[in-house]
Amino acid sequence: MEETDLIILWGSNAREAHPIFFHRVLKGIHNGARMFAVDPRRTSSAQWADVWLGIDVGSDIALANAVGREIIAQGLHDAEFIAEATEGFDEYADTVDSYTLERAENITGVPADAIRQLAHEYGQAETAQLCWTLGITEHHNATDNVLALINLALLTGHVGRYGSGLVPIRGQNNVQGGGDMGALPNKLPGFQDVEDDTVRARFEAVWGAEIPGTAGKHISLMHEAMDEGILRALFILGENPLQSEADSKEMARRLNGLDFMVVQDLFLTATAELADVVLPAAGWAESEGTFTSSERRVQRVRRAIPPPGDARGDIELLSMLARAFGHDWPTPTAEEAWDEMRGLSPLHGGMSYQRLDNMEGIRWPCPDEDHPGSLFLHGRLWDRPVTGDRAPFHGVEYAAPVDTLTEEFPMRLTTGRRLDSYNTGVQSGRYSSPRRIHGVLDLSPEDGVSLGVSEGDRVKVSSRRGSLEAPVRFDRSLRPGLAFMAVHFPDDTDVNALTIDAWDPKSGTAEFKATAVRVEPVAALV
Amino acid sequence: MDIRNLLYRPSDEERSAVDSVLGPASSGWTGGGFSNLDGRVAFGGRAVREQRHLLLPALHAVQDAVGAVSRGALGYISDRLTVPPAEAYGVATFYALFDTDQPGGTTIHICDDIVCARQGAEELCDALDVASGSNGIRWERSPCLGQCDRAPAAMFHKPGEGYANAAPVDVDSVRRVEFEELEPGVVHQDREHLELLRRIGNDPSSLHAYRSSGGYEAFRRALELGPEGVIEELEKSGLKGRGGAAFPIGIKWKGVRDAPGPTKYVVANGDESEPGTFKDRLLMEGDPYALVEAMTIYGYATGATKGYVYVRGEYPTAERRINHAIDEAIGAGLLGADLAGAGFDFELEVRRGAGAYICGEETALFASIEGERGEPRQKPPFPTQHGLFGKPTGVNNIETLLAALLVIGDGGEAFAHTGTEQSTGPKLFCVSGSVARPGVYEVPFGTTLGALLDLAGAEDIGAVLLGGAAGKFVDTEAMGMPLTFEDTREAGATLGSGAVIVFDSVTDFAPVLRRIAQFFRDESCGQCVPCRIGTVRQQEALARLEVGRPLGSIEAERARLDDLALVMTDASICGLGQTAASAIQSAIDLRLPGAPI
Repeated sequence: MEETDLIILWGSNAREAHPIFFHRVLKGIHNGARMFAVDPRRTSSAQWADVWLGIDVGSDIALANAVGREIIAQGLHDAEFIAEATEGFDEYADTVDSYTLERAENITGVPADAIRQLAHEYGQAETAQLCWTLGITEHHNATDNVLALINLALLTGHVGRYGSGLVPIRGQNNVQGGGDMGALPNKLPGFQDVEDDTVRARFEAVWGAEIPGTAGKHISLMHEAMDEGILRALFILGENPLQSEADSKEMARRLNGLDFMVVQDLFLTATAELADVVLPAAGWAESEGTFTSSERRVQRVRRAIPPPGDARGDIELLSMLARAFGHDWPTPTAEEAWDEMRGLSPLHGGMSYQRLDNMEGIRWPCPDEDHPGSLFLHGRLWDRPVTGDRAPFHGVEYAAPVDTLTEEFPMRLTTGRRLDSYNTGVQSGRYSSPRRIHGVLDLSPEDGVSLGVSEGDRVKVSSRRGSLEAPVRFDRSLRPGLAFMAVHFPDDTDVNALTIDAWDPKSGTAEFKATAVRVEPVAALV
Repeated sequence: MDIRNLLYRPSDEERSAVDSVLGPASSGWTGGGFSNLDGRVAFGGRAVREQRHLLLPALHAVQDAVGAVSRGALGYISDRLTVPPAEAYGVATFYALFDTDQPGGTTIHICDDIVCARQGAEELCDALDVASGSNGIRWERSPCLGQCDRAPAAMFHKPGEGYANAAPVDVDSVRRVEFEELEPGVVHQDREHLELLRRIGNDPSSLHAYRSSGGYEAFRRALELGPEGVIEELEKSGLKGRGGAAFPIGIKWKGVRDAPGPTKYVVANGDESEPGTFKDRLLMEGDPYALVEAMTIYGYATGATKGYVYVRGEYPTAERRINHAIDEAIGAGLLGADLAGAGFDFELEVRRGAGAYICGEETALFASIEGERGEPRQKPPFPTQHGLFGKPTGVNNIETLLAALLVIGDGGEAFAHTGTEQSTGPKLFCVSGSVARPGVYEVPFGTTLGALLDLAGAEDIGAVLLGGAAGKFVDTEAMGMPLTFEDTREAGATLGSGAVIVFDSVTDFAPVLRRIAQFFRDESCGQCVPCRIGTVRQQEALARLEVGRPLGSIEAERARLDDLALVMTDASICGLGQTAASAIQSAIDLRLPGAPI
């Protein structure tokens, strides 16, 4: 990131949501990189950009396809890379052919010239990093959004090289590690398919237990299963779904309808308050283990202090639970649990604690103890001939957000984070910050005028699912018709009372980013 | 970039002043009105941030137009340059000539520094104190204005008209705010026998007059020599920098020439602010084309295509005349692309200081051109490697550049015939104070202090301050000291900036030292602790001793002053802190009358 020529932040306000990562972006800019920001809002990240493209919420595929078409039309694609390392280019070219700059301008609202400039600079850059976050993935067609961006990297060869890559920035220090360890409904540790009999047999031999041979349910399917009465009990570790999931009124109904719910958490969250049993968990400074960052680097975490009171580390709690269920489980140390896991996950095979210490973390894949770890995940695409499968293009079509704008709900509300707060506020709401802006509805100054409200006036915000009241704050980063709320204050402004739980069938993520709302002044109390 | 615009708006006058520097605002994101398009696309980023160096010119434009920098103007400038308002405020308040807490209008700056204070400035200030209450004139005290040969001095600032120097002044002339351009000053020596000052008194606006008195001969010669040849001549000449550090010029120019990379800069340091120093003003005002020619050769020899002349904000005449000379040179094809058909490009631009002594330090000067507070930077890396905008940069004092012109015109060997082996060429001294003919004197290096003072007509000498506030006092025993780098160093003195302030034998030095201590306290940039704290503690100790109330004993105060001097000299990153105690220490060592111990 520090040495690349071009940085694109697409659907990412990294400066506020990923401030440590953004230091790297700033170093890159300082070293001469150009920067583009694609975001409905001109965020504090976008203020650093050489070009900001103020896209309509949810029109990313139209923009990406137009960029792809323009790159092909101008001959800026990397024909050698496409021929040697990819497949499906012709179908992709057909798909994007209808996405002219003019059509993209009509769909996205971004002037064609700016789209052309993005295409030309990305196509011509020696090295370029394409970074995205929830602005891409919190949509009903999240996976298609991601594929549309991957297509651009395949088109230009901006992947798997020093200074060139695809950078999905993770929202927590160890989201990557959670996925790596198999906290996914269809994967065992190391992204091994749970429906593969050979894989399962290896795990069963070590674990001494039978593993169900079909993929489990992701969170949106769990919601459906709760609605259907199939899923009757929940064990929740470190989540606050009552406040973090879309359409919170529905979510409360679901959780209240369960037969039994256990919550294992550091704090007594709003969700935990509904639980039958709460298991007090240890925090990161009270635990041994590993974190894995967005760059796949596994690093050790060391316990600095013992957990307070009755709190226990996750390994200890789970072991105790197993014994309570009648299994003869000891409580392994973190290293013992890790060694068992890396015996089963080829990606992590060579990562002994000693090597993690000596090498200041290792990036997977690292199959054996002589392996140095991997700087690039997709470096193989530059082998000639390519090692392994070719990377496929996926032609995808634009689809508008599910929650359509109408006369009744004419305004687009999008959600996001602010620098000083974190998600539902479980962690960050406990301290004060001079930068904190409590629950407000951000509007463009122009919309303030047309609604006849001033800053601080309360308004009623309604969607097809619910409504809330909040004071207004004017934000120049918004244009007329676009409103913003932070997700941090569910106790007083529960933005998820408004959001839609339409979700992407491939990723299971709901469309938090695109809600149709109506904003009305609240008459002053007489 | 946490830009939180202030809710204050600029007046139309302020807005057009800023726009005169930056051009009209291109979008709602950079200070203009918001359009629908602004909600969809924003350009700028680096292109706008790279205009940061125009922050001082924009502040000057507003200060010039209305006599102050209001919050609205500051907010507008911040928007235009995408500089956070707090940071722009930090820059504006760093420089004494930007008034951020005044309503605007005319301001009178009265010099109350070492020389002017002895020639009526205090009485003037007392009279203005009385007068200002009745008619609302706004005046403030100023450090040395560089007019010591005709003290006491003042500088006026009128909205819409800019700055003007006035000297000597009295209460009546100050209150009339007479706006006239002062002549550079009188040369008391016979110009026929002078080198550096030989054109002072000619018409400084006329390129023709310059060329018919030998101007651009050195340039022609430089083209014959080629860039390496120019540097060889400088090396042969033994020319050392006249700004105080005495660094060999040939080595510096070669360093810039040999530094890698396509972009390099050359800078003329015209931020002459050392109290008692006015020779560079005389050169800039009286011989501006010579500076343009010298800088052109500097660019030619080093490969720099852009040069800056940083002129002290208190020298409006110098700024005007150099700008005029640049315009004329451009018109005559002597600056710009393929200048004089010689196959190289060179641009020259004047930047105005805004009242900060520290900006005479070369790295602080770079920071100032870049639009920052004038805070010095750690060396190394040295400017020849990492200077202005992070590029290899040659920076020289004005007198040095004009001496380099002599070297190239006459040859390095001829230049080295003047002076001593280690201090070659002619040298300018600014003689002021208790002498009959104060002014700038050109003498060969090696002339004794006594001989120099004879030229200026000094009769009753108590002590002499060599090198200004950052220099050292010497007494009559030093009259036989040859004025060279090596002899002054051996005697524990310094040539410094070339300031020679003469005090008669009845001088009470208490107010002189008080003013010097105050000066350093005011002018410390505050960046590094030894200087920021040390200059304050030094002034406090002097004040206690002056009223006879030492903290502990007199000996304890002496030990404290010595301690402060040691820490400031050892641990400050730039010359300001390193020399902030030297004059006071030397006064104590010489037991000058009125010295605190």
